[in-house]
Amino acid sequence: MATQVVPKRAAKASGAVSGRRRRFGDLRVALVFLFPAALGFTVFYLWPTLRGFYLSLTEFSLLGDAEFVGLANFERLIGDPLFWNSLRVTVLYVVINIGVQTVVALALAVLMHRLTTSVTIRGLVLLPYLVANVVVALVWFWMLDYQLGVVNQILDWIGLGRISFFGSETWAIPTIALVNVWRHMGYTALLIFAGLQMIPKYVYEASAIDGASEWRMFWSVTLPLLRPIMALVLILSVIGSFQIFDTVAVTTSGGPVDATRVIYFYIFELAFERFDFGYAAAISVVLFLILGGVAIAQLRMLRAGESDLS
Amino acid sequence: MTVATRSPGTHGPRVRSGQKAPRRPVNWGRVVAWAALIVLLIVTIFPFYWMLRTSLSNNRALAAEAGSPLPADLTLGAFERVLGMATTEEALAEGGSGASVNFWLYLRNSIVVATVVTIGQVFFCAMAAYAFARLRWPGRDKVFFLFLTALMVPPIFTTLPNFILIRDLGLLNTFAGIVLPTLFMTPFAVFFLRQFFVGLSREIEEAAMIDGAGHARIFFRLIIPMAAAPITTLSILTYINAWNDYMWPLLVGQEENVRVLTVALGVFRSQTPQGSPDWAGLMAATLIAALPVMILFAVLGRRVVNSIGFSGIK
Repeated sequence: MATQVVPKRAAKASGAVSGRRRRFGDLRVALVFLFPAALGFTVFYLWPTLRGFYLSLTEFSLLGDAEFVGLANFERLIGDPLFWNSLRVTVLYVVINIGVQTVVALALAVLMHRLTTSVTIRGLVLLPYLVANVVVALVWFWMLDYQLGVVNQILDWIGLGRISFFGSETWAIPTIALVNVWRHMGYTALLIFAGLQMIPKYVYEASAIDGASEWRMFWSVTLPLLRPIMALVLILSVIGSFQIFDTVAVTTSGGPVDATRVIYFYIFELAFERFDFGYAAAISVVLFLILGGVAIAQLRMLRAGESDLS
Repeated sequence: MTVATRSPGTHGPRVRSGQKAPRRPVNWGRVVAWAALIVLLIVTIFPFYWMLRTSLSNNRALAAEAGSPLPADLTLGAFERVLGMATTEEALAEGGSGASVNFWLYLRNSIVVATVVTIGQVFFCAMAAYAFARLRWPGRDKVFFLFLTALMVPPIFTTLPNFILIRDLGLLNTFAGIVLPTLFMTPFAVFFLRQFFVGLSREIEEAAMIDGAGHARIFFRLIIPMAAAPITTLSILTYINAWNDYMWPLLVGQEENVRVLTVALGVFRSQTPQGSPDWAGLMAATLIAALPVMILFAVLGRRVVNSIGFSGIK
């Protein structure tokens, strides 16, 4: 329809007949509008993705040219205890982070949904998410400081004894995981909240007339109807969670020992501190595959739950 | 909400002895629920308060009053220190490291980077979204799908080659190097705007076409004004993301003249002496880094809060 009006100019320019016009549509205009984004996409997404795969097959120290070494990097990776450690630590982080975050966010979302419509409260809840990871990490680094941190002051005062949150191998990963729960729980809660608003009000009214308690309604109405939304939220948050870097980089730098050397941080170190770019690229290929696998597995779950809401 | 108060309200009061006006008995379930919500809100807010409280403290007095809820020996010294307004002697007297830091400069750099990225990215993505949503051309949906696949690539994967590219272009430690990768597009922004553009009414656009308006005119005079709300939302989100980004500017923007706030915070933290860290200074610096985003949110946040949902994903 739009095409019917414009052709006069286009036809004059290219001498196109109307059949050709129909086939190519607004292609010329589209190319102009698309140009900047396509340029950015090609140079900073498509090309580096391809180059990343190539780099993983090379040995490259940032100086000179990349030297093709075939699958040597991947062979090295299988025998690298630090790689397996980083994978283990990352998975541990993701499990704690996502486990706690999902439960807390769900509770928060349901509480807000059943108690209040206040946008101010929802805004407050979102606040930690707006602040940079680095800021969040530093604030908690201070609050959890062994000597002067307010949390340890309170623990001491209660009589539980101080905990070296960032300094002990057992506590470091759970601590970082919980700090990031604090940053993300409000955002996740708002995503779930949006899902809750899609559940029609009459479902609650009907079950209230049947004499269901709030507790009962949560388990028999809210949760089943929310399942597809929860699956979607999980996909997003799990993939995001694997990318933990900032918090580790400003607080523990991978330590104590290797307790917090998560996979992102390990790749970062390999590439930018040891200039082992080829090997770093090989590990990011593996990370790519893992995340792809996680996404596909979770999409299956999502599809399985889709029937509930329709 | 309406349901929650129903049962006790209607049956409860009449049974009680009727000397007073019927009063609703307390619904304990609701009280507990409110208590839980309030606890969660306190947990959310408290670190912000603690950041403020510490930044207003004298670092030397912090040890003695570690548990006090009020600033220890109230002073603005920490802010003067990190903004480069205190002399070395003043800084040392309040427990600073004495190293020169200038968060004014980093603040300026962050503003430059976030502003340029936001304007470029939102504008170029709006153009691309227009091409994907309102124009017809062969291969359109395939190209759009290709753009979306970039969402699946973990950022670190492209970060390594992008770093090499920026280095080869000689753009390390320049603003151009910091902003370029996100200046033109992010898959999310294109996707987000396309969703809205697809939904706009075609009639006005056709009327304008009959009046002889070209695509440029339609884009600027019709599409952008009609999509002002989602464009604003996207701009806020882009600004916040650009402001908070850490890894990329850490790699390509180490030098002081282009160092952004997040990177500066990391440097400040690593420079602070292990034995007696300048906590007050550090918290003053984090507050400076967090404040602009919080102000932006306070002014425009309602829109963001209401826009969080699945419109951008499904």
